[in-house]
Amino acid sequence: MKAITSFEQLEGYREKVKAAQKKDLPTVLICFGTGCQANGAVAVAEAFKEEIDKKGLKVDVNIGFKTTGCHGYCENGPLVVLRPKDVLYLKVKPKDVPEIVEKSLVGSEIIEKLVYRDVNTKETIAQYHEIPFYKYQKRIALRNIGSVDPRSIDDYLLCDGYKGLAKALTMSPEDIISEVEKSGLRGRGGGGFPAGTKWRSCRAVDSDVRYVMCNGDEGDPGAFMDRSIMEGDPHSVIEGMIIGGYAVGAKQGYIYVRDEYPLAVKNLQAAIVDARSMGFLGKGILGSNFDFDIKISRGGGAFVCGESSALMRSLEGKVGEPRAKYIRSVEKGLYDKPSVLNNVETWNNIPVIILNGADWYASFGTKGSKGTKVFSLVGKVNNTGLVEVPMGISVRELVEKIGGGVLNGKKFKAVQTGGPSGGCIPDSKADLPVDFDSLTAAGSMMGSGGIIVMDENTCMVDVAKYFIGFLVEESCGKCTPCRDGLPRMHKLLADITEGRGKDGDIETLTELCDVLTYAALCGLGNSAANPVLSTIRYFREEYEAHIRDHKCPAGVCKSLITYSIDAEACTGCTLCSKKCPQACITGERKKAHVIDTSKCIKCGVCKDVCNFDAVRVE
Amino acid sequence: MGANVQKKKIDVKRIDKIIKSYDKSEESLLAILQDFQRAFQYVPEEGMRRLARYMDVPESKIYAMGTFYKALSLKPRGKHTCKVCMGTACHLKGAGQILETIERELKVKRNSTTEDGLFTVESVNCVGACAMAPVVVVDEDYSGHVRQSKVMDILDKYK
Repeated sequence: MKAITSFEQLEGYREKVKAAQKKDLPTVLICFGTGCQANGAVAVAEAFKEEIDKKGLKVDVNIGFKTTGCHGYCENGPLVVLRPKDVLYLKVKPKDVPEIVEKSLVGSEIIEKLVYRDVNTKETIAQYHEIPFYKYQKRIALRNIGSVDPRSIDDYLLCDGYKGLAKALTMSPEDIISEVEKSGLRGRGGGGFPAGTKWRSCRAVDSDVRYVMCNGDEGDPGAFMDRSIMEGDPHSVIEGMIIGGYAVGAKQGYIYVRDEYPLAVKNLQAAIVDARSMGFLGKGILGSNFDFDIKISRGGGAFVCGESSALMRSLEGKVGEPRAKYIRSVEKGLYDKPSVLNNVETWNNIPVIILNGADWYASFGTKGSKGTKVFSLVGKVNNTGLVEVPMGISVRELVEKIGGGVLNGKKFKAVQTGGPSGGCIPDSKADLPVDFDSLTAAGSMMGSGGIIVMDENTCMVDVAKYFIGFLVEESCGKCTPCRDGLPRMHKLLADITEGRGKDGDIETLTELCDVLTYAALCGLGNSAANPVLSTIRYFREEYEAHIRDHKCPAGVCKSLITYSIDAEACTGCTLCSKKCPQACITGERKKAHVIDTSKCIKCGVCKDVCNFDAVRVE
Repeated sequence: MGANVQKKKIDVKRIDKIIKSYDKSEESLLAILQDFQRAFQYVPEEGMRRLARYMDVPESKIYAMGTFYKALSLKPRGKHTCKVCMGTACHLKGAGQILETIERELKVKRNSTTEDGLFTVESVNCVGACAMAPVVVVDEDYSGHVRQSKVMDILDKYK
């Protein structure tokens, strides 16, 4: 491919790609996301290829990593979408393929058993965009995911790819920054700092070298939107970074990607090579006098490297330890040069903001939080996956309307947002609008957008212990409050969950939290107390039940629970006694079984295998 | 470490080939160490020494990186790596019990290797597949919605 050197050439090429599209042919889209691949999408794709060849059909079967981002129902994968009919089939197996080809591709019949069925109403819906999970979404960041092949730059061009860049190059850097400021875009990585302001400060610093960086070190447990964007639409991130580079005056960009995301690395690398060969990266981009290129750096699996200053140290080839916050990256960032670091989703929004204008973007969202946000809705909820909605939607709408309610009809207890730096929002606050400021006011934070739904069987003390345990492991060890404070907190929480809690523990915990918040060196340490503080704030009685009554109301904490078998419900199928690793379940066939609690190690195998819900945990 | 996991003789040529494929720039240090990890399943001492010489940096600096980054292991691993995701969604859906089952059945503690050197069992932070929680990853293969009573079927395939 010869490099494109003018806007006319770009549009000419785009028209050529468009004309080559076989518009009238039906298309089969097969999700090749991590979830669908784990469920056998590759075999389904093979079956489609074979069946279509056999029948000699003129069908454009788009397979490959066409839809790597979560299409939504990872658990219902492999997902197959038929276009132009917009029909979505779930849990497709290779043996279903001949029937789909015969009935739905050649004919126009819908196969009922493969379409979505509402768990509550039992109603079936075949149309992709009518399914509640998708119906209430507004997809800006995820605009191309699910329809473009991330390995094809032509596919991206068909979706107006690199149009934002072409427009940006006709604008002055000042105007671009003003546009981004006006859009109200705030950093999607967690802090929510206004992107335009950051860019302006960086540009204002006198320097001949500047850098732009993309933070793809998505470490928050429970969040995977950046993975989906990098895997499913890598060009959108690259285009955003080129525009950013032009606006702040940088010639070099870096993308720092988690090493745990090999597919993201591969797709980004391929996209950079393609963008370079077409003249979107390199010298004199699109015939202008602007030079810019991007390098990829793989992270080393350290959570702290998601913190901006630690990330930059890691990029320089050092141990990723943060530095004090008063040194600003926009002045002294990578190699002590003025630098802009934005998260994957932030960069990915830039091209459409430039293309459609700030006013369009700012028409979504709330006063202080403009636009949309991608959330990973996971945990104890019926429909799990990535959802993109305008800022300001309530927690309840997210969980009930899009998520289809709590799993197995259990009672909703809380959502956890913001990863280990965030907190829990209880049922009583579920009408809270989800935006940067409301979440912070409620003692949690937006973070990168993980929304983890918790039900009545989730123990909040255990959740706090879980996050603190995570942070103990991930603390870089540079400053004392974090290095020594977190293990102390973890010890106290372990004591409480194991029945050794005592009066005054809650107060000690709160005090340790305060020290951490005020004295830790970096943002991760400052916010590390949030999981504890927010659970104490909203679920104090649960802490007290553990400490005073030695009871875990949710039935989670091993030391405080016992397993028993409900004689009424037990059918005497003997499955549990066969599977019990301690051989401590006895009983005759077809008669109620009994657990010998003196030998029971509370492993939970019996509860897992029981088909009659006869194992009780108290 | 498992008794039968022995340090294989490390191919020095392979080490040098990896090192030389990168620019002599400190920016490449982490990437080179990761390539060692991929090639040998761990970062060999000889590799760290040679890297330090090539880059003209103190060995202590390379060692500091080797111990800091979780993706790097200074000890040899088993033939297969079994990662149990401990992300929040997986935790809520019983990842802890799944890990305990694996530990019990394989007679191994987390973050170590079985006696026969077949499996290294690790608890890892979120692998970013939360919608299929709980998740177990063996080598590069993801299994979602893993049940405690079925997890050994997944591992048996690698025996």
